Amino acid sequence: MTPTHTLILLLLLCAVGYQVGKKRSFAVAKIRGGPRVLHSRPVYYGSLTALWCAVPALIVFSSWLMFESGIITHLVISQLPDHIQDLSADRLNLVMNDIRNLVNGNIVSKAAGPAIQSAADHYQQLQSISHASVAVLVLVMAIAGIMAAQYYIRPELRARNHVERMIRYLLIVCSTIAIFTTIGIVLSVLYESIRFFKIVPVFEFLFGLEWSPQMAIRSDQVGSSGAFGAIPVFMGTFLISVIALSVSVPVGLMSAIYLSEYANKRFRAVAKPLLEILAGIPTVVYGFFAALVVAPVIRNTGEFMGLDVSSESALAAGLVMGIMIIPFVSSLSDDVINAVPQSLRDGAYGLGSTQSETIRYVILPAALPGIVGGVLLAASRAIGETMIVVMAAGLSANLTLNPLETVTTVTVQIVTLLVGDQEFDSSKTLAAFALGLVLFIVTLILNVIALYVVRKYREQYE
Amino acid sequence: MSKRDTSRTMNIVRKGMGRRYRAEKRFKRIGLVAIIFSLSCLATLFISIIGNGHTAFLQTVVKMDIYLDPAEFDPESLNRADYQGTIKKALRTMFPQVTSRGDKKKLYAMISTGATFQLMDVIKQTPDLIGTTISLWVPADDDVDMFMKGYIRRDVEETDRRLNDLQISWIDALAHDGRIKKRFNTTFFTSGDSREPELAGIWGATCGSFYTLLITLLLSFPVGVAAAVYLEEFAPKNRFTDLIEVNINNLAAVPSIVFGLLGLAVFLNLFGLPRSSPLVGGLVLTLMTLPTIIIASRAALKSVPPSVREAALSVGASKTQMVSHHVLPLALPGMLTGTIIGMAQALGETAPLLMIGMVAFIVDIPGGLQDPSTVLPVQIFLWADSPERAFLEKTSAAIMVLLAFLVTMNAVAVFLRKKFERRW
Repeated sequence: MTPTHTLILLLLLCAVGYQVGKKRSFAVAKIRGGPRVLHSRPVYYGSLTALWCAVPALIVFSSWLMFESGIITHLVISQLPDHIQDLSADRLNLVMNDIRNLVNGNIVSKAAGPAIQSAADHYQQLQSISHASVAVLVLVMAIAGIMAAQYYIRPELRARNHVERMIRYLLIVCSTIAIFTTIGIVLSVLYESIRFFKIVPVFEFLFGLEWSPQMAIRSDQVGSSGAFGAIPVFMGTFLISVIALSVSVPVGLMSAIYLSEYANKRFRAVAKPLLEILAGIPTVVYGFFAALVVAPVIRNTGEFMGLDVSSESALAAGLVMGIMIIPFVSSLSDDVINAVPQSLRDGAYGLGSTQSETIRYVILPAALPGIVGGVLLAASRAIGETMIVVMAAGLSANLTLNPLETVTTVTVQIVTLLVGDQEFDSSKTLAAFALGLVLFIVTLILNVIALYVVRKYREQYE
Repeated sequence: MSKRDTSRTMNIVRKGMGRRYRAEKRFKRIGLVAIIFSLSCLATLFISIIGNGHTAFLQTVVKMDIYLDPAEFDPESLNRADYQGTIKKALRTMFPQVTSRGDKKKLYAMISTGATFQLMDVIKQTPDLIGTTISLWVPADDDVDMFMKGYIRRDVEETDRRLNDLQISWIDALAHDGRIKKRFNTTFFTSGDSREPELAGIWGATCGSFYTLLITLLLSFPVGVAAAVYLEEFAPKNRFTDLIEVNINNLAAVPSIVFGLLGLAVFLNLFGLPRSSPLVGGLVLTLMTLPTIIIASRAALKSVPPSVREAALSVGASKTQMVSHHVLPLALPGMLTGTIIGMAQALGETAPLLMIGMVAFIVDIPGGLQDPSTVLPVQIFLWADSPERAFLEKTSAAIMVLLAFLVTMNAVAVFLRKKFERRW
């Protein structure tokens, strides 16, 4: 019996419990003179029974599955022959992977020895025992829940209040997932980063000028000591983000101004959705566009003008990223500009200013905090953007501010360090988490400031 | 103020008038230029992708007459027959003038390796054909395909192109006999990934995307709606709910790759869920789309007027009944719209999925939630990295398919909004 079957059976039992509870409420009410005497409508007695049947069983079921694989692995390892048990943790992990693959019927890396084969059989046996026992346990609990509910159902039982309270708890649990996600992000990134900072000092990571995350496999190899100074990576991120913002902020802002102040209704009805299409295009498409269309054009133009342009120049990635952020900036500024009260505009017109003067001297200053907030959010988008830079920016960490050269960014480094088969404990993969931590903190600060500024600004005119 | 003073002021104002109107015009023009710039970027993007990709929907096939030698094909052991040898023999009979080893190699290279599998399928389906000569349209190699589509040009130096003069003369001979043609590329829509561009397709990635989005939808819609209902209808105004709110707003702006790091550290390393599986991809995308859905659902709940709530409460409904019977049905279209937009975002998302290993080269079509698989945007990323010219058009075509899905989803969202939108 697989867990899926157990789950389906549990759901069926719930449906049965609902019906049984409903029937039971009618039955107990009949003795006292009809359904009138019930505290709640019969539906609620049914729902209560179903909840009693499902909730405890589901909690047991999910926690069992969460720990099952760990416990089984532990048991199987303790049964393995001594010479395998004495292997290092990494090697042992590989052996366990082989065993698991054997259990799942996948291809194994090499011919399985008798020890591995018997371990796989053992694994399978333990797994089937575990599945069977969890099925029995869950179903017994579900049936016990139904029986208990039967016992408690009587006309005075405030079934509706019970059900509603349970629903309320469920809603609270759902809304706390956002908190748990944040905690999960912080903990997972922080934990690996601390391990990284044990190998490479924080100071060296944050202020070192050389980045070449190559750790040698043997100690006598050339260039065996990797360099983990992240300044070139940060500079690259900064350079590309600045290019992106210097495209998107003016264009986005001017588009928003034109659309909200000048354009007639028909033009707006066409242009605004078209602009929003830009926001809906996946970033991988922009990356493709940057790498295969924009970068060659820039390089050819550069060569034509006698400049030496790298084929993975920061300019190409930054430009395309800027195009991607245009609708973001424009829709945020649009909101902000529309929030400026009409009375300010009327006042400026009354003094005889032209429309552009009103915008430049009245509306923009009034909307400035909101626009700044929008720009900060756009900056956080640019810093965290991954696919465009992975596809169009380079890998070599040059410490330069020349937009025609190749630079690398935080996100590119995270992707290249983590994609591919590496052992998880090497300082290379841990470095990715340290970069992730920096990325998370920087974007968090930008977001918090931006959200605060925007909210303050809204309150000012409400 | 005297009359003279007024006219002096007016003079100053009038003098500046021309300059001010010019500034006005200039400002307006800059705004228009900004919009035209963004729209032309959009147009360039679409034109370059469609221009590169439209040819991928056609595929070059070659008609071969293949004699199925009864000595070679034993109906009892069809798996052991030499299909490749048969194809090669058929090629030699088509071009008997080719004798040298090097030329033969060039000749064999013109037919895709997929021809072998096609032949195997045909024979396995109808073993009666053994002993006869069948004519079969088999896929050509990607270089031939590129030549037929005009990407490899005749007038380039022989050493600079991937087909030499001899091969081109063979193609001409085939074309003369009507044995080579372009037809609709069904392979592209029905097969998984492949190292050979002419055999690669997007069906595997589409299935992967489907399973991933299924998980995302099943988890994020109920949870998102529940969270929105709690925050909007039940939550007291206190520190705790403020904290939740700040978290949601912030998570909406966290870079997507950070969610990938979370998935890697928690779902893969801590819980030991299978790598590269739609299950983990769906979980990561759920966490990513939840803020979008919660924010949209809250907006939808906010737009339901308080009079509806008060009316329900006044006839004796409990708060839960008021929400579930009256407010929720009225807010549902708005919530659905938000969910579809969130799903469209999730469909286009690549970076977090790279972190959890959905970048593997996977040929098989995934059949379930735990099978290793890839998704459409990651497939695009993988193909964009491939050096072959033929993968360029495949990438563009896959992008067109992805954009078609996104456009459809967004159109549904707009339609829902238009149809159910209510102004109170």
